[in-house]
Amino acid sequence: MSELILGPWPWYISGFLIALVMFLLLMMGDRFGMSSNLRTLCTICGAGKKTEFFSFDWKSQKWNLMVMIGAVIGGFIGAHFLSNNTGVNISADTIQRLQEIGINSSETSYLPTEIFGMFTVKNILLLAVGGFMVGFGARYAGGCTSGHAISGLSNLQLPSLIAVIGFFVGGLFMIHVLFPFIF
Amino acid sequence: MKNLAYISIGVLFGVTMYKSEAASWFRIYEMFNFQAFHMYGIIGVAVVLGVIITQIIKKYNIKTFFGVPIVFDDKEKSFKRYFWGGIIFGLGWALAGACPGPMFTLVGAGFYSLLIVIAFAILGTYVYGVLKDKLPH
Repeated sequence: MSELILGPWPWYISGFLIALVMFLLLMMGDRFGMSSNLRTLCTICGAGKKTEFFSFDWKSQKWNLMVMIGAVIGGFIGAHFLSNNTGVNISADTIQRLQEIGINSSETSYLPTEIFGMFTVKNILLLAVGGFMVGFGARYAGGCTSGHAISGLSNLQLPSLIAVIGFFVGGLFMIHVLFPFIF
Repeated sequence: MKNLAYISIGVLFGVTMYKSEAASWFRIYEMFNFQAFHMYGIIGVAVVLGVIITQIIKKYNIKTFFGVPIVFDDKEKSFKRYFWGGIIFGLGWALAGACPGPMFTLVGAGFYSLLIVIAFAILGTYVYGVLKDKLPH
């Protein structure tokens, strides 16, 4: 029984719970979309004074910041109380491909220590560029994985399908074309 | 009280992201290598149930917990912003291995290097806001 909770959760349970999160937010009168918080954080930092895009009452988005704080607490609970090991249950093929690019930590760490555990100039640059593109791209596309792939596709929105196809075009290009130059 | 409800929903989301391993860089790498069904299963189940939930809410005019009708707004019709924005997002998603929900979950899990990702995601959002009117939408 404990292994069911402490081990990695299967895809069908996880998919169900994500749909439940979307449903609960709809029932609260709101929408599931996490990247909006990044815009709200810009506004809180004072970006609304110079740029119209950030000029709105951030308190109207306070609910989503609460969801974000919950997501932080959820990570703490998941890592400290609901896990019995730290590795990730990825496929043998993936482990092998990772070894070819010098990443060997998948069985002992939740994130590759070669990237997230060593503060080299290269790693900091990699995390900074990655984060910048996630933030810029999410706002340019008007949403991220939660807003487009989950909420938007659930409402059969063609723009969301275009965005999700874009997510995959970008992701595949990064892993298959750019990674050989990076790692 | 309402804040507590939102935080609880966030906790459910965060725990799910962490325990499903969808918050792991390794799973994103695996997904873009098509080497496991896992991530596709998670997104697929969420979307199929999401479509059913959305259709039921629309058909039966289900109201929120507070008695207000639930209205779904259609996204603005366009191609460029979704496609190019999506590609830029995808490049970052594959590189940093985290999207805007899980990056916060990972900080809670104790991976403080994600604070770099978050700081630059906020900067990226800011730069978009500044350049917005100059970009094709």
